[in-house]
Amino acid sequence: MNELFTFLSFEDPNTRYVVTGTVLLAISSAIVGSFTFLKKKALVGDAVAHAVLPGVCLAFILSGNKNPVYLVVGAFITGWLSLVIIDQIVAHSRIKEDTAIGLILSVFFGLGIMLMTTIQRSGNAAQSGLDSFLFGKAAALVGTDVIVFSTISILLLIVVFLFFKELTLIAFDEDFAKSIGFPVRRLELVLTTLTVMAVVIGIQAVGVVLMAAMLITPAAAARFWTDRLKVMLLLAALFGAVAGISGAFVSYTAPAMPTGPWIVMIISVIAMVSFFFAPSKGILYKMVRQRRIQKTIRDENILKLFYQLGEAEGDYLRPRSKQELVERRELAKGQLNAGLSRLKRHGFLKFHNGQWQLTPEGKNKGQRTIKLHRLWELYLTQYLRIAPDHVHDDAETIEHIITPELESKLEKLLEYPDVDPHMSKIPYQS
Amino acid sequence: MNELYIIIAGSMVAISCGLLGCYLILRKMAMVGDAISHAVLPGIVIAFLLAGNRDSITMLLGAGLIGVFTTFLIEFLHRKGNLQSDASIGVTFTWLFALGVILISVYAGQVDLDQDCVLYGEIAYVPLDLWILRDGTNLGPRTLYVLSFVLLFVLIFIAVGYKELFLTTFDPAYAAAIGISATLWHYLLMGAVSFTTVAAFESVGAILVVALLIAPPATAYLLTDDLKKMLMITAGLGVVISTFGYYLAASIDASIAGAMSTVAGLLFALVFLFSPSHGLIFKTRTRNAIASSRATTD
Repeated sequence: MNELFTFLSFEDPNTRYVVTGTVLLAISSAIVGSFTFLKKKALVGDAVAHAVLPGVCLAFILSGNKNPVYLVVGAFITGWLSLVIIDQIVAHSRIKEDTAIGLILSVFFGLGIMLMTTIQRSGNAAQSGLDSFLFGKAAALVGTDVIVFSTISILLLIVVFLFFKELTLIAFDEDFAKSIGFPVRRLELVLTTLTVMAVVIGIQAVGVVLMAAMLITPAAAARFWTDRLKVMLLLAALFGAVAGISGAFVSYTAPAMPTGPWIVMIISVIAMVSFFFAPSKGILYKMVRQRRIQKTIRDENILKLFYQLGEAEGDYLRPRSKQELVERRELAKGQLNAGLSRLKRHGFLKFHNGQWQLTPEGKNKGQRTIKLHRLWELYLTQYLRIAPDHVHDDAETIEHIITPELESKLEKLLEYPDVDPHMSKIPYQS
Repeated sequence: MNELYIIIAGSMVAISCGLLGCYLILRKMAMVGDAISHAVLPGIVIAFLLAGNRDSITMLLGAGLIGVFTTFLIEFLHRKGNLQSDASIGVTFTWLFALGVILISVYAGQVDLDQDCVLYGEIAYVPLDLWILRDGTNLGPRTLYVLSFVLLFVLIFIAVGYKELFLTTFDPAYAAAIGISATLWHYLLMGAVSFTTVAAFESVGAILVVALLIAPPATAYLLTDDLKKMLMITAGLGVVISTFGYYLAASIDASIAGAMSTVAGLLFALVFLFSPSHGLIFKTRTRNAIASSRATTD
């Protein structure tokens, strides 16, 4: 616990560098990544991330030292080149985009590994630490690194801010942007350049192999919480920053741990939580909602069944056994039992002497379902000219969905009809 | 002799990966292959911890299962979570790969794997790990036996399932109509890819497997329209890549796996430019010829 406080107090200037550096890197890649995510080009970032490795190595071979400016320039050139080649391959051959991405990614990375291994075995003392580009070295960021990379991150954020409207437009609707005269090609170039820049500085923190996660994962996680772009960008940046700080903390407490993978681990956990538990879009939420709708439908079907049986005899409120219900409509036993006791709890049914009976509220609800069913059948035959023997299945689903507003519209449209296409009476609430 | 062992091992890895890769790129699943090759890493580490060595078949199977699980997770997030498929791939594999690297650092003392091995394998060590019987008979490098087994497995898989793989790749609707389950063959293929990736992992590492899965089939795809020919060209390219890759690496003292990927990329570039049927130069020339013949007839 004490370690956490010392860490958070930022007493140690080194900690300050590391935290500022990682957080800025994480935020800028999360924001740029959000746009590539929305353009459905998420994996392009992966290709760029792998493709910067040969650039870094070549820059080292040519310059002979590890000056971050040279390395960034080298990385930028090959990263950019990889995107151009992917585009060319897709445009001029029958190779599909995903194959082209995989091909360029692995070949460029292989080239990078080849160059890096020859540098390492050449015995050049200056090379040590070059391999930190593979898995990142957040913990080892020093003052000059932080200044270079922070400048670039802030520049990135400013460019995104200036081009916000244009980037939004090409992310969502490129054709529209083209039609109203936006220079789409040039804007895509801006986005490509931003992506490459974000990757080039992001690899300092997490390394080339896992860089894709810094671009894709915060955006994917944020997308589950909102439909609004600005909120999504803020959330993605926040998630990235949290992962960055946590990663820096891990490498502060356990220097032997690889920082990059830890940052990715934390951002992935945030993403998994979002995928499952986010309200309204989360997988669990959707499952619960589906369950609830299924239950409502089953309950309404049971009440409808009571009403139909009553309609045949002219006595809606007579107590009935379960056997009677099952004979008219096939229902799974467990679901029927659960539905009956739920309806009793809600006051739609009464239970005594082993028999079930509609309450007045239950009767009304069953009646409404039947009414909607029959109104819809009539609507389909009259307005859509569907044969009367084809309308039942559709009405079976829609009867649970129609709202009171739609109900009154239907009634008015059909002029309060008395019977449905099968000559069954349409019951109105008296 | 050592050279030959390494080249043979490289060829077998390249052929096994390339043959399966043909189906991956035809099914537009190249990036799923990429994802699997990264995601088996935690499987390998866990199996390593449980089994204590990397030779056991249990390890191959265990890590193979993780590969299938990866495919499943990608599709689950895509279908149930409505996450677009490229992001689903990206999130899943980076997460599992990060887990693998963390496990390696946590159990650094117990697992004989390091980050270099993960990235570019140890094919240069193939001749060092010999299989010597108790009476002292030297049967040659152990890895060669594992890799022959994997190659044989891939060949049998493709030979036995040729029709099913063909139909589910090119005409899934027809395949379904005659009772071939696309889902079953999808997962069988993914299982085979995972299994092969794990076996190849030791020799060429997690990321360069991808080069061997994608580059040779993509090259062959620009040379022929016939699946059987594509498979055969891919296999041939595997041998070429391994041989030239070895000598390139030896000449500049670099990672053999890295050099193999580089050669694979160069071969693709050559074919992309000069292929008689689908190459850039040939296509441009045809276009120009058509244009000029039009000009003369006008």
